[in-house]
Amino acid sequence: MNARADQPSAPSPANVGIVIVSHSPLVAKGAADMVRQMVGDCVPLAWTGGNVEGGLGTHVAGIAAAIEAAWSEAGVAIFVDLGGAETNSEMAVERLGPARAARVAICNAPLVEGAVVAAAEASGGSSLAKVVATAEELSP
Amino acid sequence: MHLAAADLAALIALCRAEIDRHGEHLSALDSAIGDGDHGANMRRGLEAVFAERDAIAALPLPAALERIGLVLVMNIGGAAGPLYGTLLMELGRALPGDAGAGDLAAPDDLAAPLERAIAAVARRGRSGPGDKTLLDVLYPVQAELVRRSPPGDIAACARSAAHSTGPMQARRGRASFLGARSIGHEDPGASSCALLTAAICGYFEEHRPS
Ligand SMILES: [Mg+2]
Repeated sequence: MNARADQPSAPSPANVGIVIVSHSPLVAKGAADMVRQMVGDCVPLAWTGGNVEGGLGTHVAGIAAAIEAAWSEAGVAIFVDLGGAETNSEMAVERLGPARAARVAICNAPLVEGAVVAAAEASGGSSLAKVVATAEELSP
Repeated sequence: MHLAAADLAALIALCRAEIDRHGEHLSALDSAIGDGDHGANMRRGLEAVFAERDAIAALPLPAALERIGLVLVMNIGGAAGPLYGTLLMELGRALPGDAGAGDLAAPDDLAAPLERAIAAVARRGRSGPGDKTLLDVLYPVQAELVRRSPPGDIAACARSAAHSTGPMQARRGRASFLGARSIGHEDPGASSCALLTAAICGYFEEHRPS
């Protein structure tokens, strides 16, 4: 499925989680590696990339699994690359139901820079709104 | 338009065959202005629906359409998955909850639910008329339903609407990155939408209620 929870053994449950969604599993994993290098284990993190057959693309089940893996009661910020990654992420978020979906944000920010900046913000215990706003400052 | 359980299974088989037959063409259209996977994605989606066709056809029509939409979302992937999935799921939700086999008595029974479903697709894709998407087929097809046009006319309308996306410049999706170079190529989503519409209309032309 090309989705993986890049879960630390004991992330702070208070910190916002980060999900990375790319058409390419290599890009998604690489971006997650950069996030992990930046913030270590203190932020829940998961990535997903590729279609159901493992080719370039995105798929809802993979995104849903990544959201579960990075789930935090503080919320989850999702970073996407191209169009289908965004709309498939929207479908995955809606399937969480209204209560949990309200705690997930799909960020309008560049995938790599956005995820790294957001994770840095999240590692300090910021709220989901603050994490998202900080990442979205990259896309004026 | 009399839709019984057997009809729905037959329609699914027909749509799957149509997409299978034209898969290479759809991917070629997508290669010209996108990433070349539309045929493979649509085939994967329709195969998954086809595999479930008997269980789907046993459901009340609204639930059946919602299920088809969900299976499409989970299997097509790409940009088309959320669009086709939203179309079918919202169409199912827009029908009366207890609509069953045979309850859709005429094409205009579908016009209002389809209008709602198309509006949901437009919101999902943040698109409108003239953006060179499958919406450019869906809007005129829905208008034909409002006019109570016969199935053959609706199919012809769908085909010509898909052709009419050729001269459009893409404003959504990957094709929009090409700017003016997207002009001159038929949109693959509009093309698959016209193929499916024509296949469904062909079925209803052959199986008119007597
Ligand atoms: Mg494509």
